[in-house]
Amino acid sequence: MSIIEEKKGVSNVKVVTANEAVALAVKCAKVDVVGAYPISPQTSIMEYLTKYIETENLSMEIVRVESEHSAMAVAMGAASVGARAFTATASQGLLYMAEMVYWVGGSRLPVVMAITSRAMGAPWILGNEHTDVLLPREWGWMVLFPEHNQEVFDTIIQAYRIADKTLIPVVVGLDGFILSHTTMPISIPDQSVIDSFIPKDVPKPYALNTSNPFTHGNAVHSNVYLEFRYDIFRTIEESEDLVDQVDKEWEKLTGRSYGGVIEEYLLDDAEVAIVVIGASSGDAKQAAKNVREKYGIKAGVIRLRSIRPFPVKRLSQIASKLKAIGVFDRNMSPGLGGMIATEVKFALYDLKDKPIVQSYIGGLGGKDVRIVDFEKIFTELKEIVDGRIGVQRVRWVGLDLAAVDSYFEEV
Amino acid sequence: MRVLIPKSKPSKGAVGKTGLWRTSKPVVNHDKCIKCVICWAFCPETTIFRFQDNSVDIDYEYCKGCGVCANECPVNAIEMVED
Amino acid sequence: MTSIKQLPYEEYFLAGNGSCPGCGLTIGLRNVLKALGKEVYMVVPASCSSVVQSPFPNSSATVPLLNTPFAASAAAASGMVRALKVMGRDSVVMVWAGDGGTFDIGLATVSGAAERNEDLLYICYDNEAYMNTGGHRSSATPLGTFTGTTPTGKRENKKNIPLIMAAHGIPYVATASIAFITDLYDKILKAKDMKGFRYIQIFSPCTPGWLLPTEKSVESAKLAVQTGMYPLFEIENGIFKISAPSKAYLKKEKRKPLTDYFKLQGRFKHLKEEDIKLIEKWVDEISEEYASMDGKKVV
Repeated sequence: MSIIEEKKGVSNVKVVTANEAVALAVKCAKVDVVGAYPISPQTSIMEYLTKYIETENLSMEIVRVESEHSAMAVAMGAASVGARAFTATASQGLLYMAEMVYWVGGSRLPVVMAITSRAMGAPWILGNEHTDVLLPREWGWMVLFPEHNQEVFDTIIQAYRIADKTLIPVVVGLDGFILSHTTMPISIPDQSVIDSFIPKDVPKPYALNTSNPFTHGNAVHSNVYLEFRYDIFRTIEESEDLVDQVDKEWEKLTGRSYGGVIEEYLLDDAEVAIVVIGASSGDAKQAAKNVREKYGIKAGVIRLRSIRPFPVKRLSQIASKLKAIGVFDRNMSPGLGGMIATEVKFALYDLKDKPIVQSYIGGLGGKDVRIVDFEKIFTELKEIVDGRIGVQRVRWVGLDLAAVDSYFEEV
Repeated sequence: MRVLIPKSKPSKGAVGKTGLWRTSKPVVNHDKCIKCVICWAFCPETTIFRFQDNSVDIDYEYCKGCGVCANECPVNAIEMVED
Repeated sequence: MTSIKQLPYEEYFLAGNGSCPGCGLTIGLRNVLKALGKEVYMVVPASCSSVVQSPFPNSSATVPLLNTPFAASAAAASGMVRALKVMGRDSVVMVWAGDGGTFDIGLATVSGAAERNEDLLYICYDNEAYMNTGGHRSSATPLGTFTGTTPTGKRENKKNIPLIMAAHGIPYVATASIAFITDLYDKILKAKDMKGFRYIQIFSPCTPGWLLPTEKSVESAKLAVQTGMYPLFEIENGIFKISAPSKAYLKKEKRKPLTDYFKLQGRFKHLKEEDIKLIEKWVDEISEEYASMDGKKVV
C-alpha cells in the first residue's frame, strides 16, 4: 500500500484475478446495465457481476442475452437513453459482436467493454493473443491495454472518464489467462473517490428522451458521412493528451498512475527499446535490466498503454533518441507484419532521425514467450544497430516449423 | 469538447415537398362527403386534415397522390384528378 | 371497441416522409403511435422504416427513436427498457421491425428477449419480403410468391411466427392488419398496458414490392383477411381467440376466392391453377386449425 493511500485512509485491499478486478471496477463505476454472455476466458467477469447483483442488492441490471451481438446491443440500448453500460467478450465473441461494436462507435455512445484476449479459430484455440483486442481500433473505439490486475481495475474506471468526455466508447484489453485467471492484490479506492472521478451527471447530448425527442442513427447522405467519420478520427487523435491527463488525475486521488499513453522504462539513456503491450511487458522490462547487466546493452521498454489514441506524439519524442526499436506483436497482419509494428512505422516515418524498426511476432495462441526471448530481441537489435545483421520484414519468436513438418500436404 | 452525434430532429417534410411526387391528386366533394373520416384514418402520409366537425381537407404540399383515400371512400366523395 | 371517429387527432409521424405512395407500414405506424402517445421509445432495425423515417438532419418521427443494425432491435430494446427501469423513467419501449428483421435474421434476438419476458412491445410490420432491398423472399413470404430471389415463385409456405412467439409463454401475441385499423388500435391499447413481452404482427402491404397499384394497399389487406390468407387473432395468456374481422372467414364457404386477392397483385400474376390449389390447401388447413383452437388454451 502506498503512503498516499494510507494518508487518505484507503485500505480496501483484495486479492483477485483480473476478471474479478474488472467486475469490481464495473460495480464501483455504478454501471446501470450490463449485457452478459459467457466466453472463455472472459466468463468469470459475468459470474462475478451476477453474483454481486443477486447477493448485494445492487441497482444494476444484468441482461443475460443469447449472443455477443445482443450483449453489445443491450449496452447500446442502455447507453442510448443515458445509462452507464458495460459488456465484455473475447475472441470469437468479439467477431460475432463486430457489427454492433462498429455501430456503437459510430453512435458516439460512451460504452466500456473489456476484452479478455484470446486467439481466434480456425482451428479452435483458447490461448492468449492480442489480435481480438486490437480489432476495435479500426471501429471507432479507444483501445487501452493495462499490464496487471491493479491497472486493469484502474483502467476500467479511467475508461468511463474518457468515454464520457469524448463520446468515444472504450475497449480495455487484458491478457487472457495470464491476467484473467491469475490472482494479485489490488487496492480499491474509497467509493467517494470513484464517484467524484466519474460522475454520472455529465452532459449527455446523445441520450434519447421523451421530452425533447430526436432520432438517433438514421441515414445520412454521402455528403456528410465523411464528416461524421472525420469527427471520430479527430476526437481519437486529439485524445492522446486526455489519456495522459486522466491518468495523472487518477494519481492525485489514488497515488497510482501508469504513464498515460505510454509507460517508459529505462529509456533515459537507451539506444534500443522494445515496444510491447499488456502482461508481457513485465518480462520485457526484466529482460532490459538483464541485458544491461549482462551485456551492457542500453536497453529500455516502451509499453503502449493506449493503442487508440495511438500515441504518435509521445512515441515520436521517445523514438527520436533511439537507434533501434523492436516491436513485439502478439498478433499479426497476415503477410505484412505485426499490427503494432506497422503502426509504429507509420507514426515514425516522418521523423528526421528515426530509429530502425524491426517487427517481431510471437506468442500467438498462447505460445510461451519468456524473458530470454526478450533478451534475444535486445541482442538482435544491438546487432542490427552495429550493422552485423540486417532488418527483416518480420522476425518470428518461437516459430517451430519442424513440429508440423510432416503434416504439410501438396495442393 | 465539440462532437458530432448522428441524431436528427423531428420535422415535417423531412424528405422535402413530397407533393411534387404526385401525378394525380385527390379532390374531395364536400357535398357527397358523409364525414366518416375513413380517408383520414387510412392516409399513409398524414396528409388529410381532420377538422372538429369531421370534415376533411387535403394537404397538397405533401400528399403523394397514392389514391388510397379515394379507393376507400365509401360514398365515392373523393376523385383522383390529373395534377 | 374503438370506432374510427374515436381515433385520436394527434399525429406522431409527420407528412413529407420517405415512404412510397400507398405504403402500408406508415398507415400502421401512424395509428400505432396514436394508441401509444408520446411516452414511447421506438427501436428500429434495418428495414423500410430506416428509409421511411427520412435522413439526417431531419426525422419524420416525433417520438425518440433509436436505429439499430438488422438483428439487434429486440436486444437493444431490452437494454433500453432495463436502463429506463434503473433510472426510474416510466415509458413504453416499442420495437418496430419488418418481417426480415423478425422472422429471419433477428429471430434469435427476438426469441431471446421473449424468453427473458422483457417488458417491451415488439411490433413486426409484415410486408412478406425484404422490401427495403427491392423485394426479396423472407420466411414470411407466402408460397408461390414472386420476389427478386424467387423469380418462378417461392417453394415454401410462410413461417408461423406468431405461434412460435406464443410458444415462448409470453403474455400477449396478436396478428393485426392495416385494413382493420380499429382492431389494430385496440390491440395496441391492450398491449400497451400489459407487462412483459408483447408481440404484435401487422399485415402491411408494400405497393412497389407487391406490384400493387398504390391505391389498393388497404383493399388488398382487407382481402387478405377475407380470403383467409391472413387470419387475425390474439393469444392472451395462452388463450387463443379469433379476432372479430376474421371470425366469419374461418368457414370455407364464407371465404372470398383467393383469386380476388391474387389478381390485384403482380407478385401473384404467374400463379397457375395447381399453385393456387396448394395455397388454398394451406389456407384451409390453417383456418381449420385456428377454428379448433378458438377460445382454448393453446400454450
